[in-house]
Amino acid sequence: MLELRSIVKVYQGGTVNETCLFDDFSLTIPDRQFVCVVGSNGSGKTSLLNIICGSIPIDEGNIFIGGENITAMPEHRRHRRIGRVYQDPARGTCPSMTILENMSMADNKGKPFNLLPCVNRKKTDEYRSMLAQLGLGLEDKMGVKVGNLSGGQRQAMALLMSTMTPIEFLILDEHTAALDPKTAEIIMQLTGKIVAEKQLTTIMVTHNLRYAVEYGDRLLMMHQGRAELDLSGDARKALKVEDLLGKFNEISIECGN
Amino acid sequence: MSLLLSVLEQGLIYAILALGVYITFKILDFPDMSVDSTFPLGAAITALMISNGISPLLTLPASIAAGAAAGAVTGIIHVRFKVRDLLSGIIVMTGLYSVNLHIAGRANVQLFSFDTIFKNPRMTALPPEISPYAPVIVLAVITLVVKLVMDAYLATRSGFLLKATGDNPTLVATLAQDSGKVKILGLSIANGLVALSGCIMCQYQRYFDISMGTGTLVLAVASVIVGTQLLRGLRFLQATTAVVLGSILYKGCVALALSLGLSPFDLKLVTAALLLIIIVAGGHRKKVKHHA
Repeated sequence: MLELRSIVKVYQGGTVNETCLFDDFSLTIPDRQFVCVVGSNGSGKTSLLNIICGSIPIDEGNIFIGGENITAMPEHRRHRRIGRVYQDPARGTCPSMTILENMSMADNKGKPFNLLPCVNRKKTDEYRSMLAQLGLGLEDKMGVKVGNLSGGQRQAMALLMSTMTPIEFLILDEHTAALDPKTAEIIMQLTGKIVAEKQLTTIMVTHNLRYAVEYGDRLLMMHQGRAELDLSGDARKALKVEDLLGKFNEISIECGN
Repeated sequence: MSLLLSVLEQGLIYAILALGVYITFKILDFPDMSVDSTFPLGAAITALMISNGISPLLTLPASIAAGAAAGAVTGIIHVRFKVRDLLSGIIVMTGLYSVNLHIAGRANVQLFSFDTIFKNPRMTALPPEISPYAPVIVLAVITLVVKLVMDAYLATRSGFLLKATGDNPTLVATLAQDSGKVKILGLSIANGLVALSGCIMCQYQRYFDISMGTGTLVLAVASVIVGTQLLRGLRFLQATTAVVLGSILYKGCVALALSLGLSPFDLKLVTAALLLIIIVAGGHRKKVKHHA
């Protein structure tokens, strides 16, 4: 279980531009829940993910995973149980290394990065079959540098790499936003499959309302650092894209957009 | 012939330096100014040890250790105290100047009457047909060992993490590793090699001079760029091999220019101009970041 308790996050504190994004924000996510987070720009979606992962500091409040207080834990330590895929496909892979080298490195997560050889040739076939299920032809390009792949191919790899080793949480930060509709669809289907197979607790930020309705079992609509909408169970199942769009517009009109 | 030999010898000594700077400049994308002082640091320690009658062979590991410690200080200043990369290097470079003077005892130390790895009873016992080539053979062996160890290291898990840290620190964090620690380790290894190069240079020229480090970084960067840019057409060549060849090539160009009548006064200006031409022509300008 992931718990955010009374989070306060102020940007540019102490200056005239001080903006308080989260003021006493709390959120509890039970194990194996798949949460979709939607909301307009600046509503605090990505900040929420960054706070959970420890990428940005918070001003007040506490974060718990399974009862353990991880508020002071540095980002890289938290990632022992978290896998994360970013909006920018370049952030999840190493461009100057080959596909095989990237996969080998991701496979070593959770183990010490010591003086043993990183690439284990015996595992090449295993990686190849993992890549083959993407249907992007990557399995025949094991020796190609990842920097030469397309955004969609890199994002598919980033998703595979972040979920290769045992993790508890999967954090998806608009991970289909930079892709063309067809590739986005492939990545989304793959995401659904991996989450179901590995039974991961997942938080997905998306601007695609259809994905938000089709995937996951809980929906959060963020607005000015608050969860304007928090649907789960039957209310979530009955939700349609039109309802969501209506609510979205309602909030936007209130703000004068 | 003797010109060719001295180009090879000096090129090989500076190749170790260039291999070190390859780690910081190319792999970690870190402009590490501390090398201007870790190079003479290795030399100072060597001068101190040799003039006290300690075996010249022991100066090699001692210099590596001292350089590694200095590199770690640069890394800690940058990572733990969040000082900008260039400034961290400059702070260590400046501070080490005094440390080097303390170690060596004075600004110049001559070692002409002492044994070195190039001049010792075993070397003088060599037949006269071989003895002129002895230094270049010794240097080729040392440089080859350094290159092979570095190649082996870069294929390890730790080496992969080093490459990833320069390439994409975000990925390192998602792999649950501390990219700061990796940076400190990389700077440590790099400066260990730089100090080793200084140690060998000190024994080669048989004196220590406090100003021998001036321009070390530029010289090393020039070698790295000459190696990786000019030789990049040869794809079968490993980057480390290219750096070694780049260093020898660079030394060769300088020697050629001087023997063709270039005034030593103009040497630095010509070096700077050449470096600029290579950088612009090779497209090695401001790195386009692949991630925001």
